Amino acid sequence: MAHLQQLLARFASGDVPAASRLMSVVERGGADAERVLDAVYPRTGRAHRIAVTGPGGAGKSTLINELTRSFRLEKKTVGVVAEDPSSPFSGGAVLGDRVRMTHASGDAGVFVRSLASRGNLEALSPLASDLADVLDAFGRDVVLLESMGASQVETRIRFSADTVVLVLTPESGDEIQSLKAGLLEVADVVAVNKADRSGAESLAKDIGAIMDLREAKSEWRPPVVMTSVRDAESSMKLLTAALRDHAAHLDDGQRRASRRRDALRARMQLRVEDAIRGAVWQSSILGRRFDAIFDRVTAGSVSPWQAARELAESLRLDARTSP
Amino acid sequence: MKRPIKVLIAKPGLDGHDRGAKVIANALRDAGMEVVYTGLHQTPEMIIEAAVQEDVDLVSVSVLSGAHMTLIPRIRELMNTSGLADVKLIAGGIIPDTDASELKRLPGVAGIFGPGTSTKDVITFIEQMFPGR
Repeated sequence: MAHLQQLLARFASGDVPAASRLMSVVERGGADAERVLDAVYPRTGRAHRIAVTGPGGAGKSTLINELTRSFRLEKKTVGVVAEDPSSPFSGGAVLGDRVRMTHASGDAGVFVRSLASRGNLEALSPLASDLADVLDAFGRDVVLLESMGASQVETRIRFSADTVVLVLTPESGDEIQSLKAGLLEVADVVAVNKADRSGAESLAKDIGAIMDLREAKSEWRPPVVMTSVRDAESSMKLLTAALRDHAAHLDDGQRRASRRRDALRARMQLRVEDAIRGAVWQSSILGRRFDAIFDRVTAGSVSPWQAARELAESLRLDARTSP
Repeated sequence: MKRPIKVLIAKPGLDGHDRGAKVIANALRDAGMEVVYTGLHQTPEMIIEAAVQEDVDLVSVSVLSGAHMTLIPRIRELMNTSGLADVKLIAGGIIPDTDASELKRLPGVAGIFGPGTSTKDVITFIEQMFPGR
């Protein structure tokens, strides 16, 4: 506890190792993690958060590396949270996003943190947003969140950032139809990456056409930009211009505030659900009831769905009778 | 809650390939560890910076170039002066036995693994450094 206060004090004075240790405390979860998140919360909200998502191999890390350089040229400090998958079998992970972050090294204005997914099934775990909170409170002007390889349904990512950048490649062409509902709907900016390859232009046109259809019901028509590290400089000009446009759109009226309110609500709901889920399964009474009724399921005297209904109903009765 | 053992695997200097480092990275992952890999051509300063930002439990470097007697003491020294005094360092690569025993005498250099070391031995060594993790 005293140790935590010390770390928080060093954090407040801009100490990088302290920020890093606090992130580890948050990663480990539990009461100390809650303390850290409570302490940093009042300092959050200043950073522009940009989530970068898209299928594996689309070039997310590479684009983040180039974006980092662009923001540094504008003298903005940058934080990056990059998530990679954990093995469902060993629990281990190889976190390789730093390999592409060549512009980050040797620059105190850039802080890169890798994160293993640890069983989270979304493209970006709730923990990534918690770590982004720490970087935001640490005073980073821009926080970039790199998702794992994502496709179609991982749309919760919209709650983790002010701006969502979807990265696709010419090879994604055939998948566009299936992306129409889902990931493409939460994109604020689309980057067609590896644009030097054939098919890039027609893909960009197709996505533009989908976006135009949507424009009628939405205030923001996501720009589609073509990017390639072969021509990083002009690519980044296009991408950063699109990001600036989106930031200006958010700052016009109450859009940014309302988007952040929605995000906060979603994160808070998830917290409550997690807590309830944890409490339910920790309850030994429920465990005993579950085992008892599951015996009846395997004996064939009750269907699993009726058993589930009975268990849920018994919880409701518990809640009503408890003081 | 426990966090898996977090290891930074880095390639300092001018080595042209990182097959060995990748083999180790995969083996440690399969042993349930979280491995941050930095890629080739890292300076000691870049390695230290990554270790600080990632808050790793262990730094593991692979050197094939013959520059181990310069690079490894330099990395250890920078770790000590960058708030990573309590983080252990291990190394592997083409390191002759005589050099290995000299390097192992440096405080904070926990182990040196030469060619032919089995990944199992490395895993066991690391697991023994962090009992209960």
